[in-house]
Amino acid sequence: MGNEQKENSNKYSIIIPTYNERLNIALLVYLIFKHLSNVNFEIIVVDDGSPDRTQDIVKQLQFVYGEDRILLRARPKKLGLGMAYIHGLKHASGNFVVIMDADLSHHRKYLPNFIRKQMETGADIVTGTRYVKGGGVHGWNLMRKLTSRGANVLAQTLLWPSVLDLTGSFRLYRKSVLQDVISSCVSKGYVFQMEMIVRATRKGYNIAEVPITFVDRVYGSSKLGGSEIVEYLKGLVYLLLTT
Amino acid sequence: MKHILKILALLVGISAFWIGLLQASVIPESYTWLLPLYFIVSLGCYGVLMVGVGLMQFPTCPQEALLLHQDILEARDFLKNKGVDVGSN
Repeated sequence: MGNEQKENSNKYSIIIPTYNERLNIALLVYLIFKHLSNVNFEIIVVDDGSPDRTQDIVKQLQFVYGEDRILLRARPKKLGLGMAYIHGLKHASGNFVVIMDADLSHHRKYLPNFIRKQMETGADIVTGTRYVKGGGVHGWNLMRKLTSRGANVLAQTLLWPSVLDLTGSFRLYRKSVLQDVISSCVSKGYVFQMEMIVRATRKGYNIAEVPITFVDRVYGSSKLGGSEIVEYLKGLVYLLLTT
Repeated sequence: MKHILKILALLVGISAFWIGLLQASVIPESYTWLLPLYFIVSLGCYGVLMVGVGLMQFPTCPQEALLLHQDILEARDFLKNKGVDVGSN
């Protein structure tokens, strides 16, 4: 576990956008509390009117953990990832913001690593990368790995970002930096994640990386089809021309 | 400077170099004319190589799936006791 840190007076707001994550949300909240036991944090669940009553589960969790630790800031319907973060940001009282997926592919146990890395390097953004030793993926077949690797090489060649894993969505941001970068991003989905990192690179922010592992969807299904690839390529061209 | 301008500047620089080579006739002309083609092909090969290497070195973590399952069981126990509904679909 390392040296139990010097005074960490920072507060971390963890924003989790959810849609139909009834099964996952309780599990991940438990895991966050387990791995961040001596950190000052709050969890902000931004639910887009999930029909599977994810919000009811969140209310039960609030009963267990306290309404000051778990904030439910819902919206009436699906409004997109970027908007979810912006919405969550408005209610965030921490000086650092963590964004992560609601499914269990991002393991909460890496949260202390993100925090430690940020404190060591003073970075503005710490992003998780799956492509290095110590990180990795599980549950991807060869085709998936190929598309991921191909997409990454293409993006690296065209955009020259300062990170290895562009499409990852497990990140820690200094709150002011997130507010600055997010205001100029317009893409959707994972292109949005790429746009965030590329714009942050262009603005000269200090970005650090930590290895993370990615276990593909335990509950629910992942999607990567032809239309996603087209979206990705369009996103690349857009980023190439506008950043 | 916008990124695309950096790339364009790079391309312009390379083109100028290529035209310079054509003019100076240091290398036989037929060869010089083919240089851009060689360049593009090698770029493509480099890309394919990077993808292949990356694919072979792709880190996997099967043990993480196991650990995750254990965590899920632990979480379910705890939450059930506290009255949170963690029933499966």
